[in-house]
Amino acid sequence: MGSTIIEKIVRNNIGKEVHPGEIVTVNVDRVMIHDIFIPFVASKFEEMGFTKLWDADKAVLIYDHLVPASQVDDTRHFRIGNEFVEKYGMKNIHRSDGICHQLMTEAGYVKPGDIVFGTDSHTTTYGCVGAFSSGIGYTEMASILGTGTLWIRVPETIRVNITGKLPPNVMAKDIILRLIGDLGADGATYKALEFTGDTVKNMTVVSRMSMSNMAIEAGAKCALFTPDEKTAEYCGITLTDKERDLVGDADAQYCQVIEYKAEDFVPVMACPSNVDHVKPVSDLVGTTVDQVFIGSCTNGRLEDLMAAAEVLKGKHVAPFVKLIVTPASRKIYREAAANGTMAVLAEAGAIITHPSCGLCCGRTGGILTDGETVIATNNRNFLGRMGTSKVNIYLASPRSAAACAVAGKIVTLD
Amino acid sequence: MGKIFKFGQDVDTDQIIASQYIIYPTIDEMKVHTFESLDTDFAAKVQEGDYVVASENFGCGSSREQAPTVLKALGVKAVVAKSFARIFYRNAINIGLPVIVCRDLYDNVNAGDDMELSMQEGVVRVNGKEYECTKLPEYMQGILDQGGLIASLNRE
Repeated sequence: MGSTIIEKIVRNNIGKEVHPGEIVTVNVDRVMIHDIFIPFVASKFEEMGFTKLWDADKAVLIYDHLVPASQVDDTRHFRIGNEFVEKYGMKNIHRSDGICHQLMTEAGYVKPGDIVFGTDSHTTTYGCVGAFSSGIGYTEMASILGTGTLWIRVPETIRVNITGKLPPNVMAKDIILRLIGDLGADGATYKALEFTGDTVKNMTVVSRMSMSNMAIEAGAKCALFTPDEKTAEYCGITLTDKERDLVGDADAQYCQVIEYKAEDFVPVMACPSNVDHVKPVSDLVGTTVDQVFIGSCTNGRLEDLMAAAEVLKGKHVAPFVKLIVTPASRKIYREAAANGTMAVLAEAGAIITHPSCGLCCGRTGGILTDGETVIATNNRNFLGRMGTSKVNIYLASPRSAAACAVAGKIVTLD
Repeated sequence: MGKIFKFGQDVDTDQIIASQYIIYPTIDEMKVHTFESLDTDFAAKVQEGDYVVASENFGCGSSREQAPTVLKALGVKAVVAKSFARIFYRNAINIGLPVIVCRDLYDNVNAGDDMELSMQEGVVRVNGKEYECTKLPEYMQGILDQGGLIASLNRE
């Protein structure tokens, strides 16, 4: 019997064939901790009695949710993080370079076939390069920092096969939102997603990243794409035979296979206040918009900013709308400045912020109040995420979001 | 015997403990805000040994371990739901909060009902009726039995 991608990754890691449902202990290739949880990771690590990291080079600490500090208490996280880095000789720390999930692949910490855990649910993102990556809590993170291992249950796999050419104005974000709507918020719980078909083969790694990022919104443990030449270029590597083999075998066992024709996709939004509450944008036309947010680890990349700029070029945001643009990393910020994207966005009236999680986690930069509506390109529209619990959050692609900023209401793209 | 506090479907970790509180330095400061957006008095009402009963996908959303931790700190004896989100489920076991899958309980009980749980037998009893629960895999039950991952690691 053949294997799915996740079964191959786990097999390669532990050196024996595995099957869904088995509980195995894996050797962790890399871990990511972000600023919100570092104080808790640090205290649990010491409570467990560890005195050194299993491998200082394999741990990455990234400050992103709280950067730059908006409240005095936030600085406590940086202080504890810096002390931890110093005390245990951590080498990889980013204090203001951008969002953790962007930096993990952008800075080369994750390669195809790696097993990576992070203290954030959107750690599923690195499946875009064919890595098994998933979110865990801080106690488990402390345990990995000491032991280098974690137990996992080998997940069943849902294969999502997409073929054909996407219509204009449909972005990867529209695909993943539609899939989450179809599966439901728990439709892939404990399971791996595996994306196949010529539509995803033709996508950029960055587009795949938007999809693997949001897999958790259907409950998935991870979301995998087969590494290819684009992956190799993105990661700055040459693929080995083992990495090329990270493809689901023809006779692999899938618990579910979902088929989509690319031509059938339309721009969609996730409506308040669940990510699986997905509707075509055409059903929502006319809803008044107070603010638009383009950014986050889902859609804050150069490709996303350029897509928004294409819609905004020569236009201006509606007078009562605030358009907030937050690049996902410092590198993207520089690239967007260098290639003229920033200038287009600024001309159109955007408020361009420093790279960080920004409004996505509701800490800074554009908190909303009762009755206000925001169109946002991030991954969650939960109650109270961007201000009060009576804010209406619609999740959309960067193109759709930009069009709404100009119109001051929800509109379809021409 | 404990009272049932009932919550619905897709209760996310922001609803269990909102983002603005998870950066408080201690669980004691955080726990008074548990379920604040759904039931403002929850933290004041819940007693040691009470239960949280929920429908599908309890604990979806973020990886914040504070979600099961505040429930445990308030004395919640177990969460019994139709299903759980993955990270919440792992976190709960690692901090020693029993999370029990019971398909039939939610639709047949009311908030305020008295409930009894026997982890060993794998059943809950409410209003004279018995409901069967799914047992944890042995590995996870082991961590839970030892009081969570820290206690379990310390024993190793």
